[in-house]
Amino acid sequence: MSVLKITDVSKIFAGPTVAVDNFSLEVGDGELVCLLGPSGSGKSTLLRMVGGFERPTSGLMTIDGDDITQLPPERRPTGMVFQSHALWTHMNVFKNLAFGLKLRGLPKEQITEKVEAVLELVGLAGYGTRGVNQLSGGQQQRVALARSLVLEPKILLLDEPFASLDQHLRERLREEVRDIQQRLKITTLFVTHGQDEALAMADRIVVMRDGRTEQIDRPDVVYREPQTPFVAGFIGTMNLIEGEVSKGRFARADFRIDIPIPDGPATLAIRPEALDLEAAEAGVAQVHRVTDYGTHGLVDLDLGDGTRLKAMVAHPDLFSEGQKVNLKPQAMAAYRDNARVYRS
Amino acid sequence: MKQLAPALVMASGRRKSIPVRIPTDWTGIIFAVVLSAAVILPLLVVGVWAFTEVWRYPNVIPQQFGLRFWNQTLTRADVWSALTLSLQLSTVVTLLSAAICLPAAYAFARLSFPGRNVLFFSFLAGHAFPKFGLLIAIAAIFLQLNLIGTFWGVVLIQLVGTLLFMIWIPVAAFQSVDRRMEEAARDVGAGPFRVFWSITLPQAGPTIAAAVLLSFVGTFYETEGAWLIGAPGIRTMPVLMISFINNQMVIQYGAVLSVMLWVPSFIALMFARRVIGGGAFARGFGG
Repeated sequence: MSVLKITDVSKIFAGPTVAVDNFSLEVGDGELVCLLGPSGSGKSTLLRMVGGFERPTSGLMTIDGDDITQLPPERRPTGMVFQSHALWTHMNVFKNLAFGLKLRGLPKEQITEKVEAVLELVGLAGYGTRGVNQLSGGQQQRVALARSLVLEPKILLLDEPFASLDQHLRERLREEVRDIQQRLKITTLFVTHGQDEALAMADRIVVMRDGRTEQIDRPDVVYREPQTPFVAGFIGTMNLIEGEVSKGRFARADFRIDIPIPDGPATLAIRPEALDLEAAEAGVAQVHRVTDYGTHGLVDLDLGDGTRLKAMVAHPDLFSEGQKVNLKPQAMAAYRDNARVYRS
Repeated sequence: MKQLAPALVMASGRRKSIPVRIPTDWTGIIFAVVLSAAVILPLLVVGVWAFTEVWRYPNVIPQQFGLRFWNQTLTRADVWSALTLSLQLSTVVTLLSAAICLPAAYAFARLSFPGRNVLFFSFLAGHAFPKFGLLIAIAAIFLQLNLIGTFWGVVLIQLVGTLLFMIWIPVAAFQSVDRRMEEAARDVGAGPFRVFWSITLPQAGPTIAAAVLLSFVGTFYETEGAWLIGAPGIRTMPVLMISFINNQMVIQYGAVLSVMLWVPSFIALMFARRVIGGGAFARGFGG
């Protein structure tokens, strides 16, 4: 039953570099919120500020109404899982998990009980006596998670916890972590630069760029209705076409399409799955490459001025290199001045 | 090499009939032989001399082996008092050096303060000048302080010699401790001192142990300082060995003392291997 509230938090490093710029967010009880952004977007700095490893230059952070802004990490009710696992290699698994409990002065039997329970929870029952270097990457990550969970933190912080694992393991672990998080109903803040991870795990996604929020929404909304061209380009694959609108008509190279917005420059965004192709002798685009993925195909297109587009097609065998096609977008959005001005 | 070659041919599958010749690394072999000769041969000669009573030119093997010189050496009271003194000196110097240098090393590794780099490199200064000149200068000061010929005078001079190892190696050790490990300990509720005691120190431990060992062994064999500051009252093992060799040209005395002087460093190295393991020890030296 914990709510994390971040209000107008900024972090300016010497330089000066603004890492986080006036950021606000409320993570509801039991909610998993993903901070998503490219490297340098300030997401890790923000997480480290919540964990107490960086002090905000300004702003306020509370957990259940209690001000934690100036507390050192050891006095915060947060548990952090690090990207590098950061397991203590001179201790075995049991000692790694028991360390925090010992610091809290718990009796021995209770420590053993809690450690065994949490090992069971992460699927590592009976691994207590193993050295951490004897474990695989995935097992180490589970121990790192267990080390945080065993202390029953109010807020769980995950800093790119799967970044060092291979794709297959990453997918399995993120499901497990999501399951555990929902079973324990623990309020969680999760940092990642992988959009798949964010889309698969989060209740809400915060897309960050240059220390600022670009959009906060449910994953499906972020995917379907990106509010800025940055979000549009960052989540999923997106064709972003810069062009000019004149008299309600968008133009780029030979490509023309009606968009009812005032004259001026605009960025058109079309998902590959929403871009239909029609073979035509005098088509506006030329097929550059066709890739058959079995379930679907991907056609790379060239607008003739170097602009590259991608279209997802059901029958890739219908298209061949050098062929001319016309573009029939089924859905699209237009952006101007970093805001969405049109959507169909 | 020869056994590997057919296996390689098998692995490549097709060209079974063509023998694969792995070129012999002659350069490597020559280096290995020369190095072994340079390291082992003198040790071997000294070892043989220590147990020799008669060995005259041109014989390759001594005419008469025996323990006569061991008896003569070991029954001398000054040998035993010098050995005890050397061990005492090395222990005191190493402990003092650790007490002074380890906190300093931590500060150099983790804190930023004005003059940090200048101070850090100043520890090289003791090794940047001809050592004897430096020692003479220090001896002049010690003379006024009545430290010449005293135990603590020698402790002070030998302490200077250990500073480089005991600062530079532990600094590297502290710097290589993963900061995330320390943060993880803070995260589960450990204060800064607890983090240092339970995480940083054990992580840096093997490397620091290597530095302590180097400092102990280095102090044990330190001669110039001990001789210049300690004489005539303080006679350590190496100083005694020099006077033995200078006073009477009997090779066996030197050889016996040399073998005796190996013992402490040999025990220390064995101990280090047992306590921290060969791998960790090698890591301590950046291996």
